[in-house]
Amino acid sequence: MTNYVVEATSLSIVRGSAQVLRGLDLTVSEGVITGLLGPSGSGKTTLMRAIVGLQAVRDGRILVLGRNAGTASLRSDVAYAPQGTSVYPDLSVVENVGYFARCVHAKEEDVDRVLSQVELTPYADRLARSLSGGQRSRVSLAIALLGSPRLLVLDEPTVGLDPVLREQLWRLFAELAEDGVTLLVSSHVMDEAERCDDLLLLRDGKLLTQESPTSLKERTSTVSLDAAFLSLVSTGSESS
Amino acid sequence: MTLTATFATARRVALQLRHDPRTVVMLVAVPSLLLALLRYVYDSPAVFAQLAPALLGVFPFVLMFLVTSITTLRERTSGTLERLMTTPIAKLDLLAGYAIAFGVVAIVQVMIAVLVSVSLGLDVGGTLGWLLLVAAADALLGVALGLLASAFARTEFQAIQFMPLVVFPQLLLCGLFQPRSQMATVLQWASDVMPVSYAVDALQRVARNGHVSGDYTRDLVVVGCCVVAGLALAAATLRRQTP
Repeated sequence: MTNYVVEATSLSIVRGSAQVLRGLDLTVSEGVITGLLGPSGSGKTTLMRAIVGLQAVRDGRILVLGRNAGTASLRSDVAYAPQGTSVYPDLSVVENVGYFARCVHAKEEDVDRVLSQVELTPYADRLARSLSGGQRSRVSLAIALLGSPRLLVLDEPTVGLDPVLREQLWRLFAELAEDGVTLLVSSHVMDEAERCDDLLLLRDGKLLTQESPTSLKERTSTVSLDAAFLSLVSTGSESS
Repeated sequence: MTLTATFATARRVALQLRHDPRTVVMLVAVPSLLLALLRYVYDSPAVFAQLAPALLGVFPFVLMFLVTSITTLRERTSGTLERLMTTPIAKLDLLAGYAIAFGVVAIVQVMIAVLVSVSLGLDVGGTLGWLLLVAAADALLGVALGLLASAFARTEFQAIQFMPLVVFPQLLLCGLFQPRSQMATVLQWASDVMPVSYAVDALQRVARNGHVSGDYTRDLVVVGCCVVAGLALAAATLRRQTP
């Protein structure tokens, strides 16, 4: 039996006058990589922020590890790397990671571990301001790896990375999943979806489908996930 | 609230300042430079001795208000605040960390300003310590109000505008330009609810009398309570969730 780390039921979110999420029902299974795919503006970030408790949920519900999203006790079990680089530009890499390590009650030696996991050890003493965009986003990822989170929520972690580094990070994600960590990774690049065990396809705040990449391609009789996505969008608009 | 997270935050803010030496130099030197300027504008030790105590409270207050509101606003806009809100850190850990780091800077700033004032002819007698205490409390008041003001600013332009809005009326009404007792009744009432008035009162009292009185203690307590209230309100405006 699969254990669900995240379970959303009829989740709708309105921000201001915009309906961002429209009645989502979805699950994230334990110990696998779930990809959250969709064009920008489809509601990926809002869904992630709701899961980590930054976005209030009024309509529907989200259970994370059996508790309502936003519950204080979840803060040590769930780690979130927001889109972009939410690190302090005027601190060095190791100062950034060290500060967050104390905030999440991680051990001091954890700082070295996460820096080597994202291959930033040689840059430890560089100011975050002076790093490239890709390096900064790896600092951000390193912070999310601190401690021992059971759920990692990563918003577009591979943006701006070269293919070699991207490959390394996806291998790291796979290793983490093997160790039993659950990952929810968003991307707007379809070729990254191939590396996920399960996919959530989001468009205009609606969930187009939740299934594995293989089953999605088989069902839509397509060879690429890009084509599968297009096929889903067109059948969706025919039926509505 | 945990001490680890509070001091980790204070340390982090201090490290950020260390990477920005120009700001540190300005924070420490500007009040002293302004006091020296004032001394020579009037060119009279007597007038300087009259004005300096009040200004020892006012300059650190203004500077700390500015620095704190901009720094916290940057934390809000850069996404680091949002990220912190997903960790177990308590909101008060964060605010207390800021208050400790900037409080230490403020104390250094005030100490240098007092020493410069003394060398320029301000006679503080045996009250140096008490003068420092109020000035430091006043600087902390700037920190607390700056933290609070940043909650209402979306952009750095707005944050700067809070200075004329929050700081200038307090300067006009604190008794620096006109003794509070000689103001129109309505203005006196306004002055009575502004915390800087109490700090300036205490500074003038202790410089004039050369000793600590009950009124001084009361003023100091009022300023202290405003610092705590400012921090508590700032914590209340800090939201973990967007609606």
